[in-house]
Amino acid sequence: MAQKEVIAMLLAGGQGSRLGILTKKVAKPAVMYGGKYRIIDFTLSNCINSGIDTVGVLTQYEHLLLTKHIGIGIPWDLDRKSGGVTVLSPYQGEKEGTWYSGTANAIFQNIRYIESQNPKYVLILSGDHIYKMDYSQMLSYHKEKDSDATIAVLEVPMEDAHQFGIMNTDSNNRIVEFEEKPENPKSNLASMGIYIFNWETLREALIQSNELHENSDFGKHIIPEMIDKKMKVYSYVFNDYWKDVGTVDAYWQANMELTNTVPEFNLYDEFWKIYTNLDHQPPQYIGENARLEHSLISEGSEIYGEIYNSVIGPNAIIGKGSVVRDSIIMANTIVKENTKIDHSIVAEKSIVGANCEIGFGENIPHKTKPHIYSTGISVIGDETIIPDGITIGKNCEVSGNTEHSSYQDGKLESGQSLIIEEGIV
Amino acid sequence: MKAIGIILAGGTYHGLGTLVKKRNTAAIPIGSCYRAVDFSLSNMSNSGIRKVAVMAQHNTRSLADHLSSSKWWDLGRKKGGLFLFTPDMSSSVSFGFRGTVDAMYQNISFLKRSNEPYVIITGGEQVNRMDYRELIKYHKDKNADITIVSKKMAGQDVSKYGVLEIDENNRMINFEEKPFEPQQDVVSLGTYIVSRELLISLLEETHKEGRYNFVTDILIRHRRKLRIYAYMFDGYWRNARSIEEYYEMSMEFLEEDVRQLFFKTEPYIFTKVKDEAPAKLNLGSKVTKSLLGGGVINNGTIDNSVLFRKVYVGDQAIIRNSIVMENTTIGRNCIIEYAVIDRNVVVSDNQIIVGTKDKLAIVSKDTIQ
Repeated sequence: MAQKEVIAMLLAGGQGSRLGILTKKVAKPAVMYGGKYRIIDFTLSNCINSGIDTVGVLTQYEHLLLTKHIGIGIPWDLDRKSGGVTVLSPYQGEKEGTWYSGTANAIFQNIRYIESQNPKYVLILSGDHIYKMDYSQMLSYHKEKDSDATIAVLEVPMEDAHQFGIMNTDSNNRIVEFEEKPENPKSNLASMGIYIFNWETLREALIQSNELHENSDFGKHIIPEMIDKKMKVYSYVFNDYWKDVGTVDAYWQANMELTNTVPEFNLYDEFWKIYTNLDHQPPQYIGENARLEHSLISEGSEIYGEIYNSVIGPNAIIGKGSVVRDSIIMANTIVKENTKIDHSIVAEKSIVGANCEIGFGENIPHKTKPHIYSTGISVIGDETIIPDGITIGKNCEVSGNTEHSSYQDGKLESGQSLIIEEGIV
Repeated sequence: MKAIGIILAGGTYHGLGTLVKKRNTAAIPIGSCYRAVDFSLSNMSNSGIRKVAVMAQHNTRSLADHLSSSKWWDLGRKKGGLFLFTPDMSSSVSFGFRGTVDAMYQNISFLKRSNEPYVIITGGEQVNRMDYRELIKYHKDKNADITIVSKKMAGQDVSKYGVLEIDENNRMINFEEKPFEPQQDVVSLGTYIVSRELLISLLEETHKEGRYNFVTDILIRHRRKLRIYAYMFDGYWRNARSIEEYYEMSMEFLEEDVRQLFFKTEPYIFTKVKDEAPAKLNLGSKVTKSLLGGGVINNGTIDNSVLFRKVYVGDQAIIRNSIVMENTTIGRNCIIEYAVIDRNVVVSDNQIIVGTKDKLAIVSKDTIQ
């Protein structure tokens, strides 16, 4: 049987609950980012740019958009005769098969898929991060070290190390100890959730771990147990841009950074392109009275108003007299005339009426979800309608087909939610 | 599907000057991200035609590059495909395509190996949207042998077109190619429908007589014998034959009705996907009434212009009333007005390239200014 040297298993089943209303209908990896992309595009593009042509994408939470986006992998050149991209959703079998209960459990349930590709090495990835990485270099390192498992690590500031899974290594980069979110970290090497395993070793570990734990997890079980067993587990230091856009604030911040004159993360690299799935990419039109500075605008968008420090998605329309500042407007969203949007995120396929003000008011944290909305960013969800003349404060979330009567005196005060559930849930 | 498609990309419009020096007319860039041939290809695909042959012989490199994958137009199907036919130089007696009939005759096996009843023939440089299914229906209703897509151009100079005389049923009575003194105002748009079997016999017969041209040797010669009808098309249709016409058409893409027609109306016009990042407008950037392709990075002022993909505009540069094609760099403090700047051009800092409405400044492909 033909052997693939390495295949990737991409964990894309997470909800990303700290992204609030943005992940109400879509999994985090399918949330739009940087104008035209979705978060998973960065990892998928890394795979093909690294020469990995076989990728299993594990989906679970709200998979519809994600599955449609991936399709048969054409945009990433992953439509292959052998290998290619395969969407692996939870399934039911005669004896096995159930929801994915942990990262390692998800891989365990897809042992048959991996066996069918007959790989020597398996690369475990997650679809949650923004970065460019050549996995083939990590694989060379893994082979050079004759490692059982190699974990990509990032040097984080020591004061932030307690938020990460921290690897303590010896002078040869061999990992001697793994601590999940340690109170007193001994090193600043944080796991990026990117692992390369020898498939034979991983296979055994998955089976054993699954017998011991119902929710078998790489960080909690597989890696620590391999270290305990004195197996060869090495760290691979990555020294480049890597962002976890897991919170509303981090997501907003990372998007804003892309508008800098020379952004830290370069989307314009001819030899490491980021691919995405858009059915149609006409040019963008800038109207006669438009102003546009320090912003990104995507294909098919039409700008008639003013845009400052913002990221505009494909086919969005910004009406005459409207002013968008420090905000993210996603694909196919329409902002009508004379509306002001400040420090806000408006997700896909939404309509914001004329003469609205969004993101204006007192900066008080959200009443019930301060852990999600506290930095002043208001979020308008996918497929949301806001009628003309509405004012929405800071740290708000709005979703659904709202009408004038949904608001008190045409206003939603800072720190409030307004969620209209749709007919079809 | 009922038809196969042939796109004739053989002619070179010398009026396009340097734009066609290194490229086939069908490959001229249009509307920020398209090539001329995308319009005919998309019309074919969107009308359900699955099998299309593009016949070209001059400067085919950039056209072949553009057509290197059929998937962008959804033509990469089991029953179908996209073919690029160039003159075959392998036989001892080999010619280029000596005319439109000769181009099709040399590839007659493409017609013989198909089983679709009709053939749609069109040009590779026509900018329009057309549903060929309506054309097929009309052709059948009229019980026509050949139907010519035509347009009434009242009050315009039609002497550069083929001009039709038609009766009250739209049957063609006479046809004059590029008449000195046109008597009629109905012109042929160079798009035809004919049944595949009739086309095969007409091609064989015409070839035997040593004739090579579809218009003069088939349409005009057979005008009484065959039932030739005009199908009146009244939508947007352009076919730029000179730099001036090209410029005028490009500027029309800034108008709302033309943008809606080509960019926002389904089914869409397709082109080769190039995966450029969003356009980036930096501090100090001013853009008004312009089209930008993906991957544009702007630091200057752009007004009433069409920029293609990956154009870089330096600080304080000013671009007005101009067309700047893919992968061109405009340096700092440059002034570009009434200019057409081709692909892969580097305009160094502080350069001034200014034409006028009547005499555009033209910069050729792959040059450094």
